[in-house]
Amino acid sequence: MNIAVLQFPGSNCDQDAFHLFASGLGLPTRYVWHKERGLGGADLVVVPGGFSYGDYLRCGAIARFSPVMGAVREHARAGGLVLGICNGFQILCEAGLLPGALIRNTSLEYRCLTCDLDVEDAGPSFSRDALGVRLRLPIGHGEGNYRIDPEGLARLQENRQVLLRYADNPNGSLGSIAGIRSPEGNVFGMMPHPDRAFERFHPSRDGLAVARAVLAVRFPEFLLKSA
Amino acid sequence: MKIKVFVTPKRNVLDPQGVAVGHALESLGLKGLRGTRVGKVVELEIEGEDTPALRAQLDKLCGDLLSNPVIEDYRYEVASG
Repeated sequence: MNIAVLQFPGSNCDQDAFHLFASGLGLPTRYVWHKERGLGGADLVVVPGGFSYGDYLRCGAIARFSPVMGAVREHARAGGLVLGICNGFQILCEAGLLPGALIRNTSLEYRCLTCDLDVEDAGPSFSRDALGVRLRLPIGHGEGNYRIDPEGLARLQENRQVLLRYADNPNGSLGSIAGIRSPEGNVFGMMPHPDRAFERFHPSRDGLAVARAVLAVRFPEFLLKSA
Repeated sequence: MKIKVFVTPKRNVLDPQGVAVGHALESLGLKGLRGTRVGKVVELEIEGEDTPALRAQLDKLCGDLLSNPVIEDYRYEVASG
């Protein structure tokens, strides 16, 4: 088991993501700089939050063309696990590894708060059975308003690709969508921050359950059973 | 040769920024406003000729980098000199 956390110029949640997996779950975790062309055999690649390349042009638009993204694409194509958090979600959408796009919050405000999230049944590990019906995770973003065309939305619902929905929509996202997975079920993206929800001083520790749910897609020993 | 690329939110995609700017325009007294969309302009200066090959390359770059086809449309104008 081996976790890679990507670092772009402007990433600022890379250390949070690192500690979620290294300290929170006690797993071997390392950073991979965006200029690398390989992932060193990582089982899970985490694309962290922040403002990669200053969010110039569009959030995630430039990071998508970083050398390391070629390796991420290859890793995903081979069925490897990828988790994009916040700016990482935006990057995965820009890269076409997840469908849709994230635009400016309807309120035009940067929203920073802890959200209640309704868990959807999106697979054996990402399900209400495994995670419970509701999670609490922090968000912090100005551009988390999820958009997709009607056909794309229908496909997301049909394939059960929606992971989480906001109980109280903070950004205008279509269908209150907070996180999705790829049709194949190995690429995950979400605006809420599991990496800000695992220490005792965090607003919740639900980030651990999310991290385990992602890992459990390939490694069933991480599967949670709700009490 | 100067190229101006115009990137705008797609008609059917919500443009929160456009809505807010529209409200401000109305509050400043603009009457009959039917819609406001905010986009961006990217100006390029390129040496060489306006050829079909260049246009094909520009279309690819506009679709890959300068605009996101999920949410945005683009068009460009080429002016020599």
